[in-house]
Amino acid sequence: MSDVLLSVRNLNKGFFGVQVLKDVSFDVQKGHVLGLLGENGSGKSTTMNLVGGILQRDSGTIELAGAGIAPQNARDAQALGIAFIHQELSLFQNLSVEENIFLDHFPLRAGPLPLIDRRALRRKATEALALVGLETAPSTPVSRLPQGERQLVEIAKALTREAKLIIFDEPTTSLTAPESKRLFEIIERLRSQGMSIIYISHILGDVMRLCDDIVVLRDGQVIATEPVAQTSIERIVSQMVGRSIDNLFPERDKHCDASRSALSLRGVSQPGIVRDISFDLHPGEVLGISGLMGSGRSELARIIFGLDPYAAGEISVNGRRLRAGSPRTAMDAGIAFLTEDRRGEGLVMEASIAENILLPSLPKQASGFMSYLKPAHVTALAREMSEKVHVRAASIDRTAVRALSGGNQQKVVIGKWLLTAPQVFILDEPTRGIDVGAKYEVYKIINQLVANGAAVLMISSEIEELIGMADRIMVMSRGEPRGFFDRENFDREALMRAALWD
Amino acid sequence: MSNSTADTRVGGGGLRPLQILQRAISSGYLVFALTILYVLAVWPFVPEILSRTNLVAILLQVIPLFIAAMGLMLVLMVAQIDLSATSIMALSCVVGASIITAQGGYMAGSPMATIVAIVVILAIGIAFGLLNGFCTAYMEMPSFLVTLTTMMFFSGAAIWYTALHTASGSSIGSLPGSFVQLGYGGIFGIPYAGIAAVLIGLGTHFLLTGTVFGRWIVAVGFNPRAALVSGIPVRRVIVWTFVISGICSAIAGIIYTARLEAGMPILGQRILLDIIGATVIGGVSLFGGTGRVLGVFFGVLFLSVVDNGLQLMGLSLSSVFAIKGSVILFAALLDVLRHKMVARS
Repeated sequence: MSDVLLSVRNLNKGFFGVQVLKDVSFDVQKGHVLGLLGENGSGKSTTMNLVGGILQRDSGTIELAGAGIAPQNARDAQALGIAFIHQELSLFQNLSVEENIFLDHFPLRAGPLPLIDRRALRRKATEALALVGLETAPSTPVSRLPQGERQLVEIAKALTREAKLIIFDEPTTSLTAPESKRLFEIIERLRSQGMSIIYISHILGDVMRLCDDIVVLRDGQVIATEPVAQTSIERIVSQMVGRSIDNLFPERDKHCDASRSALSLRGVSQPGIVRDISFDLHPGEVLGISGLMGSGRSELARIIFGLDPYAAGEISVNGRRLRAGSPRTAMDAGIAFLTEDRRGEGLVMEASIAENILLPSLPKQASGFMSYLKPAHVTALAREMSEKVHVRAASIDRTAVRALSGGNQQKVVIGKWLLTAPQVFILDEPTRGIDVGAKYEVYKIINQLVANGAAVLMISSEIEELIGMADRIMVMSRGEPRGFFDRENFDREALMRAALWD
Repeated sequence: MSNSTADTRVGGGGLRPLQILQRAISSGYLVFALTILYVLAVWPFVPEILSRTNLVAILLQVIPLFIAAMGLMLVLMVAQIDLSATSIMALSCVVGASIITAQGGYMAGSPMATIVAIVVILAIGIAFGLLNGFCTAYMEMPSFLVTLTTMMFFSGAAIWYTALHTASGSSIGSLPGSFVQLGYGGIFGIPYAGIAAVLIGLGTHFLLTGTVFGRWIVAVGFNPRAALVSGIPVRRVIVWTFVISGICSAIAGIIYTARLEAGMPILGQRILLDIIGATVIGGVSLFGGTGRVLGVFFGVLFLSVVDNGLQLMGLSLSSVFAIKGSVILFAALLDVLRHKMVARS
């Protein structure tokens, strides 16, 4: 076919003798969006790193517009017209938008000296920003932009390099719903202009809405290559996991004991962050918190856990007032907190699985902080917990958590908190960036927790997840509660409306 | 994805040269092997390097350096630095000397004088460690700046204090025998200082590998934010490492002062680089999180042996400095390589 832009044939890649990709072949049509799907570890990123020049293939061919290419690094790939927009953006926060866009190809003034032509820079940057519908001044420092706009800057950067193919790796993980919507509009516009796009995401609803074709990878092999019109979410999920998952959320009996309160907030306020938050979280209950990014939901979690201060109000755990400002105090009261920033705050990436699992509960295992810990005893504790939450790794005391997949890392975080036997477990985006199989396991752990009488506060950007898991949902917007919904009244539209209510 | 494949990787099989090099760089015994190689290399030129007297001299040189390096190791492990270690030595020891000196010391002649002096020296070490730690952890100032300035302050104070207590102003001498014997004296032929070094080394090893505090140090060094969220009192941990560093400096100071038989305000000015260099050579990462007692011992030994060999060969002090400087730079390079290898695997 003449309208194939990128053609990948029989790509193979191994690391240290382990075959990661086996004969991967697929095509990207001109003006099409291709969804690249698969669980973590299925080979999506490796494939894209080969196309993007970050890794080199062992064998196989990659053709761009009919010509074989072999990019040796990211710069080569850029020169060929392949732009790679990573999950973690690669912008310099201290530089302005325009400087970021033109960082490696600044327009220069005529003459022998390499002087930046500021006027041309401003004009070109404004043009590029207009293409992605961003109305920010080009001189704004990137640090002042919200996450979604930063992504648009990345896209503008790709456009100025005359990219023919843009690869998006999990672009919506840190975006709010309106930001995602805007991103999708831009992707559609780029497509209508003949640009080809590879879109990697775990959010299958988005993929179904956005993509023309999908490629499903499993264990480094292409399992399916189909037009979106001929598939369904259920079908994709079963292709991804190799079995069919009838229900995305495990069943749970109602355990909620409404007569008691595990965690109670009364008028908790912090100027500019949250205002007048009151609720009771009952033992055995999952209370979901929905809201856009910046609605104060994560901030509220940090306040409850003692990481951030609050100016007014009262927080009690099991009827006892909780002293503010110390995670240790919160933990002693029985609170656990899974943060949304797994790499930055949830884990010590260089340390082993055992070290991470033991970290919060170490003081419980010794009489004082300078007294002896029995190594065999604590390692056994860590091993038991890591088996309980199904962490898959070669060794728990030699494997650094850095080497684990996202799903396994998250299980380590959950394990480390379970070991503290929490009565109130705050989960901030517990399934972000992890694959379907791992998500299901996380849900099962949550169900087990509440079955044993713990209370769970679950913050999520995925409304379906909250609808599937929560007994009750509190919607937040601009730091204030905008309403509580009981399970009987869960309605996607109503929840969205409450979140967007201004 | 490349991450998840890494844990299935297996060693074994035939090693390629690059892998052997990588193994060597990350091996804990590399420095020890280098020490032996160095001795073998200079032995034909200065055979006396292996003489009994010289080996004892090296060991005596190692002892106080090793004690000070233990403290600094803990500070480096929480990704901070203590440049004031040698100034703490100097100031605490001139104050201690002023108590016991026969020339008008505050407690001259008293049988309790030496004990009191030791307690005061240790107390000053603790107090200055607290000050460094407080400024770093609670005032959130960079430890490089804090300890650079306290280094200058303590040094200046030591000189001022000495001038206040003596006519000459250069040192406080005439220390009693009970104090002086802490330098070279011992029981059953084992020097007191050596016993102290072994106890401190074993204690630090135990602290790091067997206690909650040790795990906390590692976690804070690798990721202070994750440590905080895990309920670790990050600030207290940092303060503690500075306090321990202050105590170790004070103990090293006692040994040096006893050997010199005088409290010197310029004590240790030249060994700051040795202490930092030995810890880095010993595999303590400047990025925080990693450090082993045995490694630091090898680092101290290596640097002392290099120093000793160069002096035996009759090199001038300036050349010794230049060579030691390059050795430490090389060690820092190894640290970076090691760090990169960890990040890649």
